[in-house]
This record gives sequence, structure tokens and C-alpha cells, in this order.
Amino acid sequence: MITQMLFSRHEKKVLWAVALILLAAALVPLANLLIPEGNFFHVPGHLVPLLGKYLCYALLALALDLVWGYCGILSLGHGAFFALGGYAMGMYLMRQIGDRGVYANPLLPDFMVFLNWNELPWYWYGFNHFAFAALMVLLVPGLLAFVFGWFAFRSRVTGVYLSIITQAMTYALLLAFFRNEMGFGGNNGLTDFKDILGFNVQAGGTRATLFAATAIALALALILSSAIVRSKYGKVLVGVRDAESRTRFLGYRVENMKLFIFTVSAMMAGIAGALYVPQVGIINPGEFAPANSIEVVIWTAVGGRGTLIGPIIGAVLVNFGKSIFTAAFPEFWLFALGALFVATTLFLPKGVVGTVQQFLASRKEQRRADAVERAYQDKAAAEAESRLASLEPQAAE
Amino acid sequence: MYRALQTFLIALCLLVSCLATGLRAQEDIRPLVDALGTGGFPQKIEAVKALAASGDAKVAEILQNLSDGKLYAPKTGGSVYLAAPTDGAYVDVLTGAPVADVPGNLARIKLNNGLRGAIGAALSQLTLLSPDRAARLAASQDLLKDANPDNLDLLNAALAEEKDVEVKSTMEAARAVILLKTDASAEDKKAAIDTIAARGNRDALTILTAAMENAPEDLKPAIEQNITSIETSLAIWDVAQNVWYGLSLGSVLLLAAIGLAITFGVMGIINMAHGEMVMLGAYTTYVVQQTLHAVAPQMSDYSLAFAVPAAFLFTGLVGIGIERSVIRWLYGRPLETLLATWGISLILQQAIRTIFGPTNRQVDNPSWMSGAFDVGGLAITYNRMWIIVFSLGVFVALLLLLKRSKFGLQMRAVTQNRRMASSMGIRTPWVDALTFGLGSGIAGMAGVALSQIDNVSPNLGQNYIIDSFMVVVFGGVGNLWGTLVGALTLGIANKFLEPYAGAVLGKILILIFIILFIQRRPRGLFALKGRAIEQ
Repeated sequence: MITQMLFSRHEKKVLWAVALILLAAALVPLANLLIPEGNFFHVPGHLVPLLGKYLCYALLALALDLVWGYCGILSLGHGAFFALGGYAMGMYLMRQIGDRGVYANPLLPDFMVFLNWNELPWYWYGFNHFAFAALMVLLVPGLLAFVFGWFAFRSRVTGVYLSIITQAMTYALLLAFFRNEMGFGGNNGLTDFKDILGFNVQAGGTRATLFAATAIALALALILSSAIVRSKYGKVLVGVRDAESRTRFLGYRVENMKLFIFTVSAMMAGIAGALYVPQVGIINPGEFAPANSIEVVIWTAVGGRGTLIGPIIGAVLVNFGKSIFTAAFPEFWLFALGALFVATTLFLPKGVVGTVQQFLASRKEQRRADAVERAYQDKAAAEAESRLASLEPQAAE
Repeated sequence: MYRALQTFLIALCLLVSCLATGLRAQEDIRPLVDALGTGGFPQKIEAVKALAASGDAKVAEILQNLSDGKLYAPKTGGSVYLAAPTDGAYVDVLTGAPVADVPGNLARIKLNNGLRGAIGAALSQLTLLSPDRAARLAASQDLLKDANPDNLDLLNAALAEEKDVEVKSTMEAARAVILLKTDASAEDKKAAIDTIAARGNRDALTILTAAMENAPEDLKPAIEQNITSIETSLAIWDVAQNVWYGLSLGSVLLLAAIGLAITFGVMGIINMAHGEMVMLGAYTTYVVQQTLHAVAPQMSDYSLAFAVPAAFLFTGLVGIGIERSVIRWLYGRPLETLLATWGISLILQQAIRTIFGPTNRQVDNPSWMSGAFDVGGLAITYNRMWIIVFSLGVFVALLLLLKRSKFGLQMRAVTQNRRMASSMGIRTPWVDALTFGLGSGIAGMAGVALSQIDNVSPNLGQNYIIDSFMVVVFGGVGNLWGTLVGALTLGIANKFLEPYAGAVLGKILILIFIILFIQRRPRGLFALKGRAIEQ
């Protein structure tokens, strides 16, 4: 049934997007590794993790879009799930350092030696296995979202209130992870990674592979999201977004539907974070900052919420703009970002993709109307002609 | 009567003895001075004590020179010389006259911590009789900390002459501490314990705990009882101090949140730029202060009186501008308003950073807001006190505005039922604009208050915005009392958690509590009832 759901008819646009992303997954690493430097088509080594970063953000934006665009839950705390996934991956990478750290302690990461800790905290056990860490990347954000959503949705916390308490959640986590006693490296977070699955994180080949993995993850997430959205459940979800009370009165368990999509979305955000950390090389509590989570919302809004391609385009566009802006005019980036927030909400409430869709739809409508008009005129003309023709013999008489 | 006579007699004896020592030839203390240069540190400490006990007028100067390292003595012992300010020459310690033939093996008299302590104690004894009140107070406090039975006579003498109440009480306490160490009579000791216990502070507790160890058996119950009573009263004062800190934090939260409560309550929109309005208010204070400093320096103590209305007007106008240009297009779409105002907050932050630079700006406290005073065991700083007064004043003014003025009536009508209010002829767009301006203006006034206790930087608002939201959500929307109760509760809870959990963990616990609380009461403590509130 699940396979049927996954491979049933998708929108043509989504399939195109998946194909494009997979093409990038193949071409960018090839262009980086095989095409010699100096060639026009060569992708320089520093660009690969940057592009990978954009795709991680795109995955995060897609996750947010599932809850915001399709279910109307504006989460201002999705950065928390992203960061938790990142920390789970970071813990695995820390354990892989082994005795190559500054203090050469085979068991404890450097910061624990620095804090005079003698043994590994229990919650660090198991993170030396990649499979366990990968499981945690899904489970920790998923569990947090499940528990949080369980409480929030059952007591019908909605709208702005929900946004504020999600913000409080990520803020509380921010404060917590800043504490050294938590055992996650405090202020500095986790960094100085060496290996992932035995390959050097810094090596060009590893980076290219990580990029490809990110692109494939994004493509899979897109297929999954499309399947969810186009299923019967997805239709009801949109009903919840547009008229929650009415959907409830129709007999649907609204809180369960919200809880499911919230948890799935948090897991996707966790995966994005886990892919982000080895490419960027650091994870610190700053990722929990409420401002980061709000930025994700604007990527989604710019691209177009309630569409699946929108958040991906939005995340890549805005972050590409950020890279250019912060390099060229660092002073003006916040002005530009702020103006983007205002302009998007005022003039582009449907985002780029939504507006284009609307424009295309209206043109299609126009064309159809034109066609109907033309057909009517043709018909009228034909009728007139035939009537004329039927009159002619009389005239001849 | 008898007591007065006794005091008089003691004073008389003292006067006589003082005169006698003054009349004594300087040569009398020369052996004592010379003893400073002989023997090891224990002997030197004894010599310092003996010298102090001699009561000679020159002793203070000699000891000061010793502690400054200006005294020299032959390594083998003998006369002590003072190094003259000019290099290489030595003068007589007592007369100051140049000495022609000094021994060749002179070396500076070395000090260690024990000796320095002894010198300090001796000097403080000597200053007990100083005409300077501050010096006497400091000396008696030193004595209280380091009670030496040798100083009893001196202390008695000083007590007899002391007029100042505070110095006298400190001296009496010191005397009591000393009495406990001597073999005075049981009654005297009992009285001493009562004197110490009457002070009732932490020092008294330490003294009594120390005295407990070698007190005679029959005194122990009395000491014990006093210790428990001091501990109880200290615990109560601790609670009071925490409540005070909590009130102080709560009043800051109240100021920051109350404007938000108004805009959220009336217009149903979340203003993420609220923190930046606070920041603008703080920068207005800075600009007003700088201007006043340049134009009329003699008025700078009253700059806050100008800053409050200036900040209210400026941020209020900025608020109205934001409402007219952005927010009014977004009514009915609260989540979009949230995003747009967040964008505005980024722009305002960066604008301030571009104009004033990213570093903190110095806003001075006026003289009437600096310093502190004690009420019982409470230490109250003036700036915190004035901020509490100010925030309560703002609260009351706002309450009156809402309940007594026509504008307030219209505002409440719009809050309760926008469409009905509109049908009754209230111009809701105007009410919205003015309400937003009012909320922003109050945020600006909060900025004036915060500039007195926090760093004025472009990030000022960011630090308060989440806390303000918590207050509003906790207190409930559309009711000012909810904001008051919410702010004070959160402030006090925060300060009570801090000693047990630490500042950061305390804050995390509060956040978790609010997240859970919202589950129980999704509309806050004081929710408005009625169908109009339902979305």
C-alpha cells in the first residue's frame, strides 16, 4: 500500500523537480572531481559544500512547508529539530575522532577532558556506531515533536499561540545547549571532525558524496511529501488548514492528523541537520536561535507555501542571495532580509511559485475563455451562414 | 547617675594617662622600636603589639613606615633607621634627624603576611580615636572582624568618647566579641551575647558560631537560642530579598510586555518589532542625554524627565508609521503580520547599528538613581526601586486611560467586538493606528527604564522579546491585570528558582512551565470570555 502511495501518480512538476535534483546529484560531483580545474564546467571544491548547504536548507524548508503550507501550523521552532538532528550526527563525528583530539583521549571528546570529566555521559553511548546515530537523527527530533505536538494539539493550542510556544521551545533548547553541564560542548558546540564512515570529512571525494547524498535525500523527501499531499490524508490536511473546526465536525481526528504531519516534518528537519553538519564542519547552540527558525519561514514564504517546489526554490534563492550580499555589502544584508519579509507578506503572499502558478492558471483560464468565445463566434458565424444559405434558394425563387 | 559618673571617671583617667604618655620622653619607646629590627617574625609581631600598646603619638607613623618598607636595621640587630626620601641617606626613626655614622650591614626589615596583619590591626586600633568618623568606623569594623583581647582597654576608652550611633554600636559589638574571648564574668558574657545577637546579621551569626566552641557550658543554651533566632530572621530576610529581586525583574517584564499586551489584545496581531521599539526608546534616552549634556550640562540630572516623553512620542510615531504603511494591509492574517513585523525589526536593528555602531552606548544614571540603602536585611538599589515605581505608574496611567477616557472606551469596544464597534460608528482603523502607537510608545518608555539597568545596544530588544511574549501568553490577552500578574509571577518565580537551579536552568524551567501551562489554559490566566474572542 505504501509503495502504491509512493509511486502513484505525482504531479508532473514534482517529477521534473525530482529529476532535476537527481541530475544535480550526479553532475555536481562529476564536474568537481572529473573535469580538470580551469575548465569552464569545473565546479570548484569550496562550492560543493556550499551547494550542499543550500540543499540542506531546502530540505528544512520543505519540512516546514508540510506543516505550515499544508496544515497551517506556523512552527517557529523548526530550527530546533534541525539542530537536534545535527547534534546527533555531530556526536557520531566526535566519537570518530578517537584519540586524534588535542588531549588524545581515546574515549572522551576534547571538551569533556577540558571540563575534567572522567567518563562518558550515558547519553553519548552508542554514538560511535553510525547506524545508531542515524537512528537518533530520526528519533530524537521525531520524539520531541511527538511529545510537544501531543500536548499542544490535544489542548487545541492553535495559531499565534502555537507559534509562540514553538519559539519558546527552541529558545529553551538554545539556553540549555549553551550550558557546559549538558555535555554537548557548551558555547563552542561540536567541531574538529575528522572522519565519517572512515572517510576524511575534508576530502574532495567525501564532500562530493555528501552533496550527492543530500540531493538524493531531498529528492526522496520530495517524493514522500508529494505522496502525502496527494493522498486522501493530504486532502483532509488542507481542510484542517482552511477550516479546522469544520473538519473536526465532519468527524476527522484533527489532532492526530496534525501530530502525524508535525512528527514527519520534524524527522525531515532532523535529516537535513544531520546532512548539514559534516558539510559545514560544526554544530553549535546558535542553530537553536529563534531567529534562524524564523528565517526558514521566510524561505518558505518567498518560494511559495502550499506548493512543494516553492520552499526548495525559496531556500536556494534566499541563501544564494545571502551568500552574495554578505560578501559584497555585509551592512545591507539585514536591510535586504527585512525588506524581503515585508515585501513577501505584502506583495507576494503566495510566493514566487504560487504567483507564477496563479498567473499561468489565469492565462489558461483566459485561453479557455478565449477558446469558448471563439467557438461561440465560429458557431454563430456558421449558423448565420447556414441560415443565409437556407435563405438563398428562397431569394433565388 | 552612677553610670554617668563612672563613665566620667573612666574618661578622666584616660585623659590623664594620655597626657602622661605624651609627656614621656621619646626615648621611652626607642627600645620598642629597635625591637622591630631583631629576631624572627614572631618576635617582630610581638614588638609591633608592644609598640601599639605604648600609645605614643609617633607609633602610627612608624608602623606606616614599616609597612611601606622604609625601615632598615642591621642584620645583627641594633638600632632601626628610616630611609630618607633622598637616596642613600638614613635618618633617625624618632627624631627625623640625619644620622652620620650608620652600620654598614643595614638591610630593609622584611614583612610577611602575619606581620602585615599585625601592623594593620595595630594601625586600626590607633585610628579608633581618630577625629575622622569614617576612619573610626573602619577601625571598629576591623576590630569586629579580628577581635584581639589586647585591645579591650583601648576600645573601652574609645567607647567612652564615641558620640556617633553607628560607630558606637559597632564598637560595642567588637567589645562584646572581645569579652566573649576573655574570662569576664558570666553576666558580662551574657550581655555580650545579647549585644551581638541584636545585630542579627550574617557576621553576628559567624561570631556566635565561633563563640559556641569555647563557651562555658552554662552559656551555650543562650548562644544556641540566639543562633537559631538569627538564622530564622535571616531566612525571612532572604525570602524578602528574593521577592524584591523578583518584583524588580517583574516590573521590567511588565514594562516590556504591557505594550505588547495592548497591541495583541486589541488588534490580535503579534508585533515582533516590539523589542526594537524598546531599543529605540533606549537610544532616544541616549540622544536626549547627549543633547542635554551639550546644551545645558546643569540639567543633565533631569535628562530622564525629558527622555520619557521624547521616547514615548518618537516610538509612538514610529509605531503609527508602521501600522499605516504595513500592518493595516495584513489585518485578519496574524501569522503574516508576525513575519512582516519580524522583517521590520531586522531593518530597525540594522538601521540603529549603521547609525550608532554595533557597540554599547553609555547612558549615565542620574545621581538620584545611583546608590543603595538598607531596610532591615534588605539591600535596595535606587535604580531598581525607581523602575518599580515607574512601571507601576505606567500601569496605573494605562488602566485609567482604558477605563476612564473616550479613547479607552472605543479601544475596549473594538477589542470585544470589532464589527459591532464599527457599526456603532467607531472608526476602527483610527483606533487601530492609535492603539499601535500607544503600545509602541509604552515600549519606548520601557526602553528609557531599561537604559538605566541594561546595555544600550542594537540587540537590547532581542533579549526581552521572548520574555515579553511569555508574559502576555501567560497572563492572557485583553486584560491588563493579567499582564501585571503574569509579569510579577514570572519575575518572582525566576528569582526563586535561581538560587537552586542557576540563572539559565531557572529560565529554562520557566519556559517549560509556560509551555505546559498553555496546554492547560490555551488563552492564558485571565482570558476574555465571550464568543467574540473565538477565531
